[in-house]
Amino acid sequence: MSESPTPGPVVSDELTIELRGVHKWYGQFHVLKDINLEVKKGERIVICGPSGSGKSTMIRCINRLEEHQRGQIIVDGTELTDDIKNIDQIRREVGMVFQHFNLFPHLTVQENCCLAPIWVRKMPRKEAEEAAMQYLEKVKIPEQAGKYPGQLSGGQQQRVAIARSLCMNPSIMLFDEPTSALDPEMIKEVLDTMIELAESGMTMLCVTHEMGFAKTVANRVIFMDGGEIIEQNRPDDFFDNPQSDRTKLFLSQILAH
Amino acid sequence: MSTHTPQPDLPPPITSVGVIGWLRTNLFSSWGNTVLTLAAAYVVYLTLPPLIEWALIKAHWLGDSREPCDLEKGGACWVFVSVRFNQFMYGLYPEAQYWRINLAAILLVVLMIPLFIKQFPWKLWLGFFVLFGYPVIAFYLFSGGVLGLEHVETSRWGGLTLTLVLASVGMAASFPLGILLALGRRSSMPIVKSVCVVFIEFWRGVPLITVLFMSSVMLPLFLPEGTNFDKLLRAMIGISLFQSAYMAEVVRSGLQAIPKGQYEAAQAMGLSYWQSMSLIILPQALKLVIPGIVNTFIALFKDTTLVLIIGLFDMLAMIEAALADPKWLGFSIEGLSFAAFVYWIFCFSMSRYSMALERKLHTGHKR
Repeated sequence: MSESPTPGPVVSDELTIELRGVHKWYGQFHVLKDINLEVKKGERIVICGPSGSGKSTMIRCINRLEEHQRGQIIVDGTELTDDIKNIDQIRREVGMVFQHFNLFPHLTVQENCCLAPIWVRKMPRKEAEEAAMQYLEKVKIPEQAGKYPGQLSGGQQQRVAIARSLCMNPSIMLFDEPTSALDPEMIKEVLDTMIELAESGMTMLCVTHEMGFAKTVANRVIFMDGGEIIEQNRPDDFFDNPQSDRTKLFLSQILAH
Repeated sequence: MSTHTPQPDLPPPITSVGVIGWLRTNLFSSWGNTVLTLAAAYVVYLTLPPLIEWALIKAHWLGDSREPCDLEKGGACWVFVSVRFNQFMYGLYPEAQYWRINLAAILLVVLMIPLFIKQFPWKLWLGFFVLFGYPVIAFYLFSGGVLGLEHVETSRWGGLTLTLVLASVGMAASFPLGILLALGRRSSMPIVKSVCVVFIEFWRGVPLITVLFMSSVMLPLFLPEGTNFDKLLRAMIGISLFQSAYMAEVVRSGLQAIPKGQYEAAQAMGLSYWQSMSLIILPQALKLVIPGIVNTFIALFKDTTLVLIIGLFDMLAMIEAALADPKWLGFSIEGLSFAAFVYWIFCFSMSRYSMALERKLHTGHKR
């Protein structure tokens, strides 16, 4: 067993995500410039940076919600190409939580959770329903299982969204600004759920500006600006001893008050 | 510093609730509205009593000749309708075979009842049967030629029966076709997309009357001689293709209203294109555009009257024919009122049903 740099579950040496020289353009606009990133199994990475820096685009490339135009992305040994089989394979292993939850409003909470296991994993309905209840209990809202998303608060919806992703039993979770659309008093309940998840050893990539969260659970903080990874470091070094001027400026802006 | 004592809940002022409250907010909320209310009440007073007197009180209902109507004028002569009622309903269908149409109608009602019962377990299968199995049964019942049933040519189908056959076939065909066209038009595959765009723009760009006329007069000219292609079938295909183009645009408006996040969430979970469409996107999109879908259905229902010009006798055509009968000249108000009433009943039912459906499918606030 190797020593992990921060407290929490042990990070293995095995790579689970590799980005090699990834470039992406939106029309003429160069959003991702030569991104190189290696993520080990069990690593918790927080990605921050000013808006428009490409951080969301980068993690959305990992499950092919966005297509990269140059470079290689390898997830769990499978390379993302135009091959629909590979894409489906990777999407089954990678869960994603969105800023606006994106729950399915026409289905109940439990149906939201069961849908993908039943249709993608071909799990028997009964089994999927039981698993859904188990994960809803984990995010502490089993009593809402029969309600529709529209009847829940933002924080509850986001926790359902986390449970829904977990029902697919993914090995990697991507979080795209999971607390940005929430009212302040609801941020904590979502972060608590994420911290619990981190402690269970899940590989996590979180785009977030919750620096407290970064300090508690991350093994690594990545700072992006202008489509490039400017700096990456252990959280304590990152916050106490930022290297580049842009990181310093960014940190002074978000930590000012 | 004083502590805060919570205030008790008081009842609202008496003038804002109940009958008085309703009257105040809806009819007499301002001087202008009070004047409008009074004016509207006066118009109703002027028109409604004479109408009721004509249509109900002084009207003649039963009988088999026009004599009572001619003797005592001032009321509607519904005798005209009751004498011709069977023809308005069944067209030129042989009288001895009316039971076949009745049987088909009863069968449909019986099959439909369980679909409205919440606890009925085999709804999906029954729905499939009503959609795909029942039309076959109904076709053989109507047309005969099997099991010793006398063959009745489609040219003798008519009246309200024909109207309903055309409308239900049109709806059942144009709805799925419209969905496919809408999905195709939003497809990222250029060939699929352009085929759908051309199809939709072509059928939306021509009047239905032209479509019907072409299908009955022009089409046979291009087909090899001797090919017999039923006129009713041609009208059905024409109406279905025509309405599917409208349906496609209605459905597309619903697809566009679904937030991008729904597509992304479905994709991120590994659902395939058809899974995410049928499980996530379409249920939401179709629910959003129920008013538009019903609008199209109602238009389709009323457009079936146009088959008159290719020599099919739907209900309106039967009424027109009856009006031309020398024995019954001069009853066009009664005949057309009856037609309007029947069409209105069907269209209004569709509208009410759609509203009930919207309420049933409502699942709290969006997102």
